[in-house]
Amino acid sequence: MKQLVIDFQKCDAGRNCNHECEMECAIKVFKVDDPAQAALQIKAYEDGGGKAILCDQCGDCVVVCPSEALKRNKLGVVMIDKQLCVGCYMCIGFCEKDAFMRNPDWIVPHKCTSCGICVKVCPHGALSIVDVSEPAVRII
Amino acid sequence: MSQLVFDPSKVMDIDYTQRTEYLDGLEAIKAAHKVLKEITYTPSLPDKGYTNRTLYVNVGTHEITEKPVTQQMKDVFIGGRGFGLYHLWNAVKSTTRWNDPENEIIISPGPVAGMTQYAGTGKSLVVSLSPQTDIPIDSNVGGFYGPLLKFSGFDALELQGKSDKDIILFIDGVKGIIRIEEAPTDPVDSHVLAEVLTHMYAENEKDLPNISVVSTGAAAEHSLIGMLNFSFYDRRRKCVRFKQAGRGGIGTVFRDKRIRALVVRGPKVAGDLNHPADPETIAKTGIKFHKEMRENDGTQCMMRRNGTAHIVEIMDAYDLLPVHNFQYGSHPDVHKIDSSYWQQRCTQHTVDGCWYGCSMACAKGADGLVLKTGPYKGDMVTVDGPEYENAAGLGSNCGVFDPDYLLELNFYCDTYGICTITYGTLTAFVMECYQRGILNKERTGGLEMTWGNAEADLEMMHQMARGEGFGKIAGLGVKKMKEHFIKQGWGDPQLINDIGMENKGLEYSQYMSKESLAQQGGYALTNKGPQHDEAWLIFMDMVNKQLPTFEDKAEALYYFPLFRTWFGLNGFCKLPWNDVVPADNSSQPEAHKVPEHVQNYVDLFSATTGVKIDKEELILQSAKVYNFQRVFNIRMGKGLRLHDAAPYRSLGPVTKEEYESRAERYDQQIITEMGLDPAGKTTEEKMALHRQWRTDRFSKLMDSVYTRRGWTLDGVPTLARLEELGLDAFPEVVDVVKQHL
Ligand code: SF4
Ligand code: SF4
Ligand code: SF4
Ligand code: SF4
Repeated sequence: MKQLVIDFQKCDAGRNCNHECEMECAIKVFKVDDPAQAALQIKAYEDGGGKAILCDQCGDCVVVCPSEALKRNKLGVVMIDKQLCVGCYMCIGFCEKDAFMRNPDWIVPHKCTSCGICVKVCPHGALSIVDVSEPAVRII
Repeated sequence: MSQLVFDPSKVMDIDYTQRTEYLDGLEAIKAAHKVLKEITYTPSLPDKGYTNRTLYVNVGTHEITEKPVTQQMKDVFIGGRGFGLYHLWNAVKSTTRWNDPENEIIISPGPVAGMTQYAGTGKSLVVSLSPQTDIPIDSNVGGFYGPLLKFSGFDALELQGKSDKDIILFIDGVKGIIRIEEAPTDPVDSHVLAEVLTHMYAENEKDLPNISVVSTGAAAEHSLIGMLNFSFYDRRRKCVRFKQAGRGGIGTVFRDKRIRALVVRGPKVAGDLNHPADPETIAKTGIKFHKEMRENDGTQCMMRRNGTAHIVEIMDAYDLLPVHNFQYGSHPDVHKIDSSYWQQRCTQHTVDGCWYGCSMACAKGADGLVLKTGPYKGDMVTVDGPEYENAAGLGSNCGVFDPDYLLELNFYCDTYGICTITYGTLTAFVMECYQRGILNKERTGGLEMTWGNAEADLEMMHQMARGEGFGKIAGLGVKKMKEHFIKQGWGDPQLINDIGMENKGLEYSQYMSKESLAQQGGYALTNKGPQHDEAWLIFMDMVNKQLPTFEDKAEALYYFPLFRTWFGLNGFCKLPWNDVVPADNSSQPEAHKVPEHVQNYVDLFSATTGVKIDKEELILQSAKVYNFQRVFNIRMGKGLRLHDAAPYRSLGPVTKEEYESRAERYDQQIITEMGLDPAGKTTEEKMALHRQWRTDRFSKLMDSVYTRRGWTLDGVPTLARLEELGLDAFPEVVDVVKQHL
């Protein structure tokens, strides 16, 4: 399956860039001019380190979704069907990586589609899309 | 006790998509339907949780009308159970009985119901005059009917009148059609009927989740203990599943009205159909709760793995699990039906909420059961649960420790449309009567009702469904059986009354209350009868010793019934309140109330309706409805101190074996509680001392509770209390009370 990964050797948590990845994701993928709505979030820590909130397509949210709005596509990427979503936010609450996002203006939540758009704009080349095997379905 | 750890590798490998299908006759059944009445209406979605109208249907005259929801209804009755009681009060007279045409069944979801962001927000409240108690009964039930009814445009459905043929009421909330159809050849039992109807009324496969069916089964027709199954479509299993409005015989009223089923077709559910005042607060509160479920459930109650059955072994360990008709509190075979078994037997790879957004997901299912008896022998079915009440009631209380038989009993109770709790308690009573010679093979028509005889137990249930033999007598419930056995001269009347576990005509639910005075009150000092949904105080009282004085117990019996009533006004489920708690809960003041969750409820109500409340106002909302219901009981000829009396089995040891099995405990109580010396006394003498002490303290508890509730010592709400609650605005309510002051 396609998975977005980050290399923290290269990414310095936004100290020497303008969070291009977040901005590009928000605008191109979710059509909003607000990096807070991006499907990835890069946070800087005071000690110089950082943290990225990324979806690794683990599929936990698929297991808990009551309306079968979440399914893997052919590339193994977990996609949301907005027509089926009932806005329960269990996917958000049960994502251990806090990677299922919610825009207060929308009733349907959103997530990373492993599209790779953010990868292209990172000035440090820290992001990439890799192909890894799908993890086994967990009982959650 | 050590915390059970879930081991996914032990879950049985059962294909949860496999079961017997019943759709063969669908076309013929449909062709036989005849439209008796059809009207069109304008569907609408709620605004701030209310659609502001209710639907009245008279199944006898076929009158179908809309009624407005008044501001007074919202202010005083809120919704759900409150709306049900309000409509029922207006529909009946003090002389009305369950099978009079003016009796109603009211279904109302409550303003919060239909929210999808928080756990336990899809409940319907069902109210009717009970065939067992002759007073209002209320039942809080999951499934999709209530929310879909509201999204079709109605805050409540009132069903009145009696039909002379079997009918189905269909509400199409998308097209705006309400139809009464004659249903002459429809299947009778719920698991077949609801499957057929779900497929009949869905326009296509995608539409299946938008259909919900309310139905009952064959035994509801021939007994007084009928319940209603509220369906929901399980997308993973691809089958229709149920939650039950169990207590008090509403299914019997349903069939007496010759209603075969109610079907609603709602719009496709989305996260904002309630149009709440403040969706952002709801979203944040919901996500916070879901996270709490994810983080804490595995080390707390494991509701997602076991459902409510998680407490079987806990109850057993504390000597609180009813065994052999509430004689004993534990049994060596309990491990065969405890949660370590059920978490292997129940399907675990699926989503088991009874409404969208329930992350507690306790509505477990045991798939792949092949039935051994009855009309569906050989069929493969999915059984809902078993919930704790069923494992205890159908299991330990009757001495049945074979899990497959337990599932089969559970299955047939459900599809035949009878309450598992009631059936469990009445069967336990029958078995004890059999043990003590009050019944014998001749009197039961050949049924050997010995402890644990699941085959005889099932046969009694099949008889109930066929309306035959001893099953028909058993289906009258414990109260009427007691009267019957005494009239026949089959045993010592005192013994029969002592061991028959009912109060107000309703059977006890499945907890031992002998060692918890507060729980004795929690059962007997209830509005509808002894159901734990008003107050479950055993642990606080007996195990954690948080209620040492009469005043403490009275305070708990003031607060918790009101707090829990509130769930039913709004369409909430009780379980997410305290079957998971925040990690820091125990360090909070009043931890037993789960203060953070109480605040969640305050916020969710305010954010839905736009009416700002606080936790005190929450209790006041309930107090209005609770006291109204008490006065309603009085109006119907019950509701006084006399009717709150408890069978002695719920207070203390009735028999010598019971005493001697726990002699050390009881002897000790003679020393510490009564200040006497048990030495040299016979068991009979010691039992008499206990009886005196236990009935005295129960009576004192009644005094304290009534006083705290603002009632007279006869259990009647005072005029001052009615005024405080604004119920003096209803002259009829005041009139009822005045006759008893
Ligand atoms: S959103 Fe979270 S739970 Fe869903 S696939 Fe991504 S990381 Fe896993
Ligand atoms: S919010 Fe939508 S996608 Fe997420 S779990 Fe609920 S229904 Fe599924
Ligand atoms: S891969 Fe696509 S959806 Fe995921 S964070 Fe990058 S741009 Fe956003
Ligand atoms: S906790 Fe259980 S009963 Fe309550 S709403 Fe959730 S699934 Fe239904």
